Amino acid sequence: MSQSTATYPRQPSSFLSEDHETFRQTVASFVEREIRPNVDAWERDGQCDRELYRKAGAAGLLGLRYDEAYGGANLDFMATCVLAEELAKGDSIGTAVALMAQSEFALAILADEATDAQKEAFMAPAIAGELIGAIGVSEPGAGSDVAAITTRARRDGGDYVISGQKTFISNGTRADFITLAVRTGEAGPKGISLVIFPTDTPGFEVGRRLDKLGARASDTGELFFDECRIPATNLVGEEGHGLRYILSHFGGERLVIAAFAVGIMERLIELGLDYANEREAFGGPIMGFQTWRHRFAEMATRLEATRLLAHQAARLLSDKDPAGDIAVSMAKLHAADAVQSVAAEILQLHGGFGQMEESPIPRYYRDVAGFSIGAGTSEIMRELIARALV
Amino acid sequence: MIVVVCVKQIPDPADPGALDPDTKTLKRDVKLILDESDSYGVEMGLQLVDAAGEGEVRLVSMVPNSEVSGLRTALAMGAESAVLVSDEALAGSDALSTAKVLAAAIRRCEPDLVLTGTESSDGYTGTVPAQVAELMDLPSVTFAKEIAVADGVATVKRQTEDGYDEIECSLPAVVSVTAGVVEPRYPSFKGIMAAKNKPVDEVDLAALGIDPGTVGWAGAGQEITDIAEAPAREAGEVIVDEGDAHERILAFLDDLKIL
Ligand SMILES: Cc1cc2nc3c(=O)[nH]c(=O)nc-3n(C[C@H](O)[C@H](O)[C@H](O)COP(=O)(O)OP(=O)(O)OC[C@H]3O[C@@H](n4cnc5c(N)ncnc54)[C@H](O)[C@@H]3O)c2cc1C
Ligand SMILES: Cc1cc2nc3c(=O)[nH]c(=O)nc-3n(C[C@H](O)[C@H](O)[C@H](O)COP(=O)(O)OP(=O)(O)OC[C@H]3O[C@@H](n4cnc5c(N)ncnc54)[C@H](O)[C@@H]3O)c2cc1C
Repeated sequence: MSQSTATYPRQPSSFLSEDHETFRQTVASFVEREIRPNVDAWERDGQCDRELYRKAGAAGLLGLRYDEAYGGANLDFMATCVLAEELAKGDSIGTAVALMAQSEFALAILADEATDAQKEAFMAPAIAGELIGAIGVSEPGAGSDVAAITTRARRDGGDYVISGQKTFISNGTRADFITLAVRTGEAGPKGISLVIFPTDTPGFEVGRRLDKLGARASDTGELFFDECRIPATNLVGEEGHGLRYILSHFGGERLVIAAFAVGIMERLIELGLDYANEREAFGGPIMGFQTWRHRFAEMATRLEATRLLAHQAARLLSDKDPAGDIAVSMAKLHAADAVQSVAAEILQLHGGFGQMEESPIPRYYRDVAGFSIGAGTSEIMRELIARALV
Repeated sequence: MIVVVCVKQIPDPADPGALDPDTKTLKRDVKLILDESDSYGVEMGLQLVDAAGEGEVRLVSMVPNSEVSGLRTALAMGAESAVLVSDEALAGSDALSTAKVLAAAIRRCEPDLVLTGTESSDGYTGTVPAQVAELMDLPSVTFAKEIAVADGVATVKRQTEDGYDEIECSLPAVVSVTAGVVEPRYPSFKGIMAAKNKPVDEVDLAALGIDPGTVGWAGAGQEITDIAEAPAREAGEVIVDEGDAHERILAFLDDLKIL
């Protein structure tokens, strides 16, 4: 089962232009040609092909929001939404995560805060897909509580010497560089800085490739730093401002997750429509049962609500409107909830077949389980939204 | 170097097409897209211009309406301009009429090289490229898998059943490009935006100096007398292995002349 025959009647988005819809075709054909035929192998291998980054780079998919001088396209978050929606339809969220962890998570901070020399050395080759990047914040003892990280960077002449540990790092097992959060100063929020960490630095070691519930084609790494010496010129922006840079760039990651959810729901509803129309029970198609017709209506409504929240957030983030942070928290909170419920419904619809690994349904069900965790948990999203209310 | 690529815009093959019972031809009142068979010519043209270090790819397309979305796709890939021949009198054109119109439009572009697909995905007579060459009195080379251009000469590897011919011909020439021999690039977002501002010169038959009576239904030298449902696919042959399955499969493939 790969291509669905049903086509979801997507509501036109007033946030998108005709160019966005044409670009959607580009991404859709990239998914059909370069991704979907390979995902079973990549899921099994625990990572997608490295060559995919180069192909995505050549198609201009990795630098949409960034400066043309470094190979980007100077666009805003609306294009990112379209990219993420379509990448998510390739039946492997891991693959979509692998590409977006590069183009959005690892590069967004560099685009705003790095020096020209740093952009030349790291961002331009990453946009071209020649280097793989990762964002390294989470640690065994600090996830939601980012300010609690302990990986230490000690200044030593013209160098930083880094010791500590990171975990759950997407692209971590084979990244060429990591946009890394380290503690350069006091305990707490003010002592954190960001550095660009080249992974060929002596003392750096990749532990296990973590064995995950879902998103299995994205390699997720445990990373160890033992007296790793990097030049102080790899500092991003100003020392002590790391936490601010991280928090102010979470929006892009959260938006990507919400847009993934939109694409997944479209794909799942299409697969579901095919199945409900074809599969018969008690002398008629499953779609004949009102309970299922109404559940489809419910799912389509959840999908459109998520799309609206995501596109609205993308618009506000693009305009650097202060309301963007709350909007994107709402979009991500709602998206995780909606996509998990739709994945469960479509799994249920498929009866025994839905339990079989030869269909993409169980993979989607597992892949979306992490949507309420990564890039900030749903509890943290509620916390952020509540803070703006009370 | 000016490379002109002929691109046909066709109804999306992913959508179920329909035949018009009155005219017995494919209904084309839907949105038309770039024929995938022609994306290889566009890519080949772009690569040749890159290799030459100068010049551009220009497109030529003929449609009965003013459709440009397929052209925009090819412009987004990197072609610089297009000539679109659109005229109601073109409805019903057969392959030779199409070739006449294309030849007249290609002349306006002053090509060093003309590329086409080997056959379109909807009409697939595979006759237009040779007809264009004949009408323009240019050399015709078909089924190219590789093209190199130097000093006014094209060196072409021409796909054959069991390998390839290597031939040389003077330029300009009309070369048809085999599907699948290059990987068509994806139109990037930047390319999509740039495509909107690239010139598409829409011309009618009068502008090309073609008498409407010689093309379209009026000029068609062929007539579709009947259309019928394709016969349902017959059940395949099941080969049960009794130790000799490999031999029987070989014999079967041999019969189909695949081996
Ligand atoms: C597949 C995957 C990929 C990832 N990729 C990356 C990456 O590339 N880079 C990176 O840096 N990190 C990455 N992460 C880590 C991710 O950001 C963290 O897992 C996430 O932020 C949660 O942190 P934690 O796992 O430490 O959970 P904890 O923070 O320990 O939370 C445990 C539970 O407590 C709840 N909780 C915590 N604080 C509060 C609170 N204040 N109020 C109420 N409830 C609370 C949480 O919601 C959660 O349910 C990835 C994680 C996964 C699963
Ligand atoms: C009686 C009759 C009526 C028809 N009526 C119509 C009609 O109303 N509308 C209609 O659109 N078609 C109509 N067709 C079909 C149409 O005429 C043929 O598709 C067309 O002549 C090209 O032939 P082909 O597709 O077989 O080209 P092929 O020879 O298979 O194509 C080879 C290559 O030639 C080039 N090429 C072919 N056609 C074009 C084009 N139009 N523009 C640019 N490049 C091109 C492309 O590079 C293509 O890859 C009709 C055909 C007949 C016989």
